[in-house]
Amino acid sequence: MSPSTLTGGHKAGLAQTLRADSWWTGPALTATILLGFITYSTWAAFQANHYWVDGGAEGFGGYLSPFYSPVLLVDTQAEGSVPAHHSWFGEKPDWWPSSLPFSPAFLILAFPGAFRFTCYYYRKAYYRTFTGTPPGCSVGAVPQKKYKGETSFLIFQNLHRYALYFAIAFIFILSWDAFQSYFRGGKIGIGVGSVVLTLNVVFLSCYTFGCHSYRHLIGGKMNRFSGCAIVQTRHRAWQGCSWLNTRHMLFAWVSLFGVALTDVYVRLVSMNVIKDFNTWN
Amino acid sequence: MTMRTFRIWRGDATGGEFKTYKQETGEGMVVLDVIHRIQAEQANDMAVRWNCKAGKCGSCSMEINGKPKLACMTRMNLYHPDETITCQPVKTFPIQKDLASDVSWNYEQNKKIQPFTPKPRDPDGKYRMSQADVDRVQEFRKCIECFLCQDVCHVLRDHERHDAFVGPRFLIRLASLDMHPLDTADRIPKIKEEYGSGFCNITRCCTEVCPEHIGITDNGIIPLKERVVDRFYDPIMMLKRKLFGGC
Repeated sequence: MSPSTLTGGHKAGLAQTLRADSWWTGPALTATILLGFITYSTWAAFQANHYWVDGGAEGFGGYLSPFYSPVLLVDTQAEGSVPAHHSWFGEKPDWWPSSLPFSPAFLILAFPGAFRFTCYYYRKAYYRTFTGTPPGCSVGAVPQKKYKGETSFLIFQNLHRYALYFAIAFIFILSWDAFQSYFRGGKIGIGVGSVVLTLNVVFLSCYTFGCHSYRHLIGGKMNRFSGCAIVQTRHRAWQGCSWLNTRHMLFAWVSLFGVALTDVYVRLVSMNVIKDFNTWN
Repeated sequence: MTMRTFRIWRGDATGGEFKTYKQETGEGMVVLDVIHRIQAEQANDMAVRWNCKAGKCGSCSMEINGKPKLACMTRMNLYHPDETITCQPVKTFPIQKDLASDVSWNYEQNKKIQPFTPKPRDPDGKYRMSQADVDRVQEFRKCIECFLCQDVCHVLRDHERHDAFVGPRFLIRLASLDMHPLDTADRIPKIKEEYGSGFCNITRCCTEVCPEHIGITDNGIIPLKERVVDRFYDPIMMLKRKLFGGC
């Protein structure tokens, strides 16, 4: 028996397995997509420009990239930035150090980032892909002296529900952005950008309201689903959330692509690389 | 009939090796059928545990081509005719002989769990609960205790934290008790401390291998982890309990 083979013919060590299928394709695909998304979103956040398509009506109407919404502070000198009155707290303050790059995206991306990082689905995805605990089912995990799971350093994962609260607030904010995109100069209409922004909110909503923490808080924590009207309403909400929850992985990926592609669309229209087809022009 | 090649691990706790067998197989056979034929025709002393041959007793758990499976539910036509099929005992538990393992550790874990503790009966001597109340816990009662989830769980399989974690099978049992509308026992502190819910990092292999397709992670373990969060980690819930009572 070789040193790496255990009793029973099992292999010992990282990524060791007798599985004959391509178990590594899942982690490889996850790594490619997640690293691609992180690279693009970081680049887009550092650009600090072309995140807004002016609707020609002083801030009401137009398209705002989800990477930059809500705009808390704005540098109006940047190309393709929102007007100052569209920003919640006005212009970038004068005291902002010139050596420190500024982007409205820096002020907000931590919140959706925290929601995805602590998400029960993404935890599976990145634990398998990046920490190798384990890389695949019945595939050797990264050896550790005393594995602690989420009881030690990773104990913060238990506060996923607080990231959820921010994520729900973002759903309302992005819904308002999508709603506004159907109005320009007092006229109702529709553009490809309006549809893109709306689909982005729909996908994000399906992901957010299928969250395991939301499912628990909305009704899963109860042991009785029969009773008064409130209990029955919570049961129905739990059932609806459970439907989304069984598709949580699907919406996790679709919404991730959705938010990046929405930014790409707004950016290209803002840069005049592509034209937005709409009913106003 | 086609000739198939099997590699079966032969040995005991002191050691052993894979032995290769060629065996005629017929249409509709499952892996356990072929193992039985090898046992009958070529290796009379080969140990394999089995009982119902219908995926309901959970006895014939083993690893087939590296994946934890029930041999009686693994059809031969899943594999290419030229493919060698490798059978091993489950990795997580001590080997007794050949394909049979000693899974008694699981029964010791089961003993640690406070059993069903119902509230008093209604004045007419009956218990009442609606179907909506029990739908959720009925899913967990499908468990056949094949322990494939215990075998594939990396906390037990690779990190050998048998001292701190009871494994997915028993978290499911705990979920079925904790969510039961008639049960009155408070198991949440032990779920966190003694049974080790925090050791599960949600990589879902237990769900992937479950032959009864129980939503082990999504419907059992994560809801339990959220109940632990309610009790021990969520400051708002903790404040609410201080102000308004309850557990």
